[in-house]
Amino acid sequence: MVDFAGYALPARYRGIIVEHQQARNAAALFDVSHMGQIRICGPRAIEAIESLVPGDIAGLAKGRMRYTQLTNENGGILDDLIVTRLDGDDVMVIVNAACKTADVEYMGSVAEAFGCQLSIDDGAALLALQGPAAETALAAVVPGAQGLMFMEADAFQWEGAPVWISRSGYTGEDGFEISLPAEQAKKFAEELLANEAVDLSGLGARDSLRLEAGLCLYGHDIDTTTTPVEAGLTWSIGKRRRQKGGFPGADAIRQQLQNGVSRRRVGLRPEGRAPAREGMEIQACNGEIIGTITSGGFGPSVGGPIAMGYVTTSEAAAGNTVLLILRGRPTMAEVAKLPFITPQYKR
Amino acid sequence: MPRTYFSEDHEWIDVEGDIGMIGITDHAQDQLGDIVFLELPEVGTSFAKGDELAVVESVKAASEVYAPVSGEVVEINELLKDNPDAVNKDAEGDGWFVKLALGNVTELGDLMDADAYKALVDSQN
Repeated sequence: MVDFAGYALPARYRGIIVEHQQARNAAALFDVSHMGQIRICGPRAIEAIESLVPGDIAGLAKGRMRYTQLTNENGGILDDLIVTRLDGDDVMVIVNAACKTADVEYMGSVAEAFGCQLSIDDGAALLALQGPAAETALAAVVPGAQGLMFMEADAFQWEGAPVWISRSGYTGEDGFEISLPAEQAKKFAEELLANEAVDLSGLGARDSLRLEAGLCLYGHDIDTTTTPVEAGLTWSIGKRRRQKGGFPGADAIRQQLQNGVSRRRVGLRPEGRAPAREGMEIQACNGEIIGTITSGGFGPSVGGPIAMGYVTTSEAAAGNTVLLILRGRPTMAEVAKLPFITPQYKR
Repeated sequence: MPRTYFSEDHEWIDVEGDIGMIGITDHAQDQLGDIVFLELPEVGTSFAKGDELAVVESVKAASEVYAPVSGEVVEINELLKDNPDAVNKDAEGDGWFVKLALGNVTELGDLMDADAYKALVDSQN
């Protein structure tokens, strides 16, 4: 167990690699109850959330979800989040544990200005069931859940308790995230674990899975000093939002979209077996410093070291060779397309 | 019969004559988790007691291994180049790191025997 933002998190059960493969080959169950589950309710809730993020939320149908970011006036990222459209204009927002308190305060004051109420689901647990066997395993416990498509969510019942299920995750696999009252969570988890295709995986495996899937970890790959454009997240900025703006940092982001950026987030495949780690320097072949690693480790499914980092745009093309300084030793690395694995989302 | 000593940094050393075979303990490999890469020194390199002898990379992090005694590397475990997980499977056997020609056998007196090491690990749990 490790302490993370005040939560005792299971980092490892049996071993990161076997827990990683559990999600790639069968179904892995993660406890991600540390994530913040927030609701913004009121007739102007869509307006309120769109004043905070560059994502197109008004264009979401009920029960559909979208990945977006809380941006600041410079276009920097305060947090990344998933917004789900509920009934009417109400939305549900899942945020990072470490940012939860700040997000609630910030979004709460904005919600209030729009005459909306923000509430936090403190009593709800959040489980993630990820992997090719997730659909069958979950459908056996909650019939109907298999009808959801990727980035779609709906309300279900389980033994009289309300469960909110979304087809989403942080692993690059097909899978689900299940929000339910904390007091029911243990029994629900045990029922899933009774299926031989399901086993527990910890936050260590979650990290290697998301790195292979090319997904950003807040506070590492993205933060207030990086913009969605630099981070390669422009796909998450709605067309209407690009044209009309109306979110913090819109001018800066639109200017970057038009004129390009000086650095970009890239994937990296170091040669050999030694993993690159966060904070290590990236150099061009001529020795010029061109960036820094923001996440790095070993990719169990890739079968070798993988990393992400920011490099000068002129060096960011896939296939380009750069140098990493691994513990004082220059090591060649190839700029690689993200994700490192082929996602198995059910679209 | 070789005699085995243990360090506070969770290394073991099997001493036979003036050669010491060094590795990390089973407890250490369990704490580190899946080991994916080892940086071992070259044969012929000399180390003072406490010098960085090797680097162990697990999925999560890199950890240094310090020389429990001084000496010169006479052999490294070639098996670990392609099979770093041998350390996870058999830390105190097939997963040995290096053999050192001991520089100063009196340094062994600063190390622990198996019982003292077990007591140390128990006290840390």
